[in-house]
Amino acid sequence: MRGERLVKLGAIAGGAALVVVLGFTMTDYHQYQGGIVAYYLIAILGLNILTGYTGQISLGNGAFMAVGGYTTAILCGHHGWPELATIPVAAAVAGAAGFLFGIPALRLAGPYLALATFAIAVAVPSLAKRFDHFTGGSSGITLPIHTGHYLYWASWICAGIGYVVAWLVLRGRTGRAFRAVRDSEVAAVSSGVNLASYKTLAFGISAAYAGVAGALLAIGAAYTNPDTFPVTLSLYLLIGAVVGGLGSLWGVIFGALFIEYLPIYAQKTYFGFAFSKQAPSVVYGLVLILIMLVAPTGIVGLARRLRRSI
Amino acid sequence: MQQFLQQVVSGLASGGVYASLALALVLIYRSTEVINFAQGEMATFTTYVAWQLIDWGVPFWVAFFATLAFAFVFGVAIERVVIRPFEHGPVLTVVIVTIGLLVLLNGLDGWIWGAEIKSFHSAFPTRPIDIGGVAFSLQDIGVIAVSLLAVFLLWLFFRYTKVGLAMRAAAVNPDSARLTGVRVGWMLALGWGLASMLGALSGLMIAPVVFLDPNMMQVVLIYAFAAAVLGGLQSPAGAVVGGLLLGVMLNLLGTYVHPVTPELRLPVALLVLLIVLLVKPSGLFGRAVVRKV
Repeated sequence: MRGERLVKLGAIAGGAALVVVLGFTMTDYHQYQGGIVAYYLIAILGLNILTGYTGQISLGNGAFMAVGGYTTAILCGHHGWPELATIPVAAAVAGAAGFLFGIPALRLAGPYLALATFAIAVAVPSLAKRFDHFTGGSSGITLPIHTGHYLYWASWICAGIGYVVAWLVLRGRTGRAFRAVRDSEVAAVSSGVNLASYKTLAFGISAAYAGVAGALLAIGAAYTNPDTFPVTLSLYLLIGAVVGGLGSLWGVIFGALFIEYLPIYAQKTYFGFAFSKQAPSVVYGLVLILIMLVAPTGIVGLARRLRRSI
Repeated sequence: MQQFLQQVVSGLASGGVYASLALALVLIYRSTEVINFAQGEMATFTTYVAWQLIDWGVPFWVAFFATLAFAFVFGVAIERVVIRPFEHGPVLTVVIVTIGLLVLLNGLDGWIWGAEIKSFHSAFPTRPIDIGGVAFSLQDIGVIAVSLLAVFLLWLFFRYTKVGLAMRAAAVNPDSARLTGVRVGWMLALGWGLASMLGALSGLMIAPVVFLDPNMMQVVLIYAFAAAVLGGLQSPAGAVVGGLLLGVMLNLLGTYVHPVTPELRLPVALLVLLIVLLVKPSGLFGRAVVRKV
């Protein structure tokens, strides 16, 4: 047990060191991509707390990213706030939205919850178009442009904080309650877990993470419009969480790397055979189904199983 | 009054399209409690097949029925190959698998046929027809007729054929059905085949109106969700009534309530969905499900 702990600490230190080194050595373009990986990581982390740890499926976390992204864009683009100062506000606003959505969601379970959250994800672009007074409509809001280096550091520092907070929340009383709700609601209630408050709390935390990710997305893109947060974004987050492994903090990084780099590599030419622009979707879909088939616990679960069988 | 009647009829037409897809969702949900998020993408795929046939010079109605036949085989194949391994899995797993299918088929559409918008030949003449001094579009009336005919045929099938009875038995009580010799697995596959056909039908009806592109059915799917939930996810009749009701309601709201701009049609449908889920999750026609713990 002690040895395992040392290995884990070593892996964390090694990973952090790698992030820092890459932050000084990679080209600006690659740092920009690295920054995107970091904010995907934050969003997937949030989704994992809700779906992986509390067992509440969400197909709508992209909508909470939109809330965070628009909060940043409006404060920064319309009111001249400095970008980084908007991030905590984005987290708070999105978290509040998630908390509020969690209250009606209490009555929904399984496929119904999937439907309701999916509905939210689909509605966001049209709502942003309708209320163009705040959101700038289809023409969007422009933000100051930054280097990839800036996005890389902003995102990874947020990701580091997010990781530590998630670990602290999940290791203690709250995390145990979340897992109890996931494994059996009846058993959780009989042991004195307040279902309503823990479920809404999970929604709130998850949405706050999504809000930070959305704020960073807006800062990185230097622009938001309704199409910045399409339905597919929500679906990709779910794919990332599944690939990494639901209910594991370790896998999140693989999920984030997967959804950022797969489209880039799937569009290259291999052995003279060029894949189409649509290839990433096809691969995403196939991978998602195959993972559910052979490794429903994602990369982390697969690794654990392999280690046990050796 | 004239405008009101016109709006009701065109609302019924779009409602017929929603109803077909909603009925497809209900057929699958009733037997396995799976909400098929890929239903819309399956419909888009089959509509592309029809477009391809027509583009090769096949006459419209031949292509129409060939597509329905293809859709049936396609649905059965998807159930057998993709869904069957997860038959007894948790809800979350099956939802994720159907989302995988959604993404996969959406990518395939674009890969095979390209992402640009294609115009789709209409089954019916686009000229208006005059009934009692009010001009209705023949297209709308044709769509309503086709959707109602499909629903009627489906009802006959379930009511009067042996296979239909077996399918109902498999949906209501799989274990007892199996004991009496019904092959429950194949009944589920048949259900997917029929659902896929209904989806194809809705795709073929809506394609001339909104044009064909890989994302064509995404919005229709949401309306179908709302319609199915409104009528009760367990109730086929509810899906049809819910679809027609939703179509008419959205059209009337869009015409007479000015803050409801076209962009708000979708959020209004979602609001309907959310309110029904929260106030009466069993819908207008469904029975409340008692959960034993």
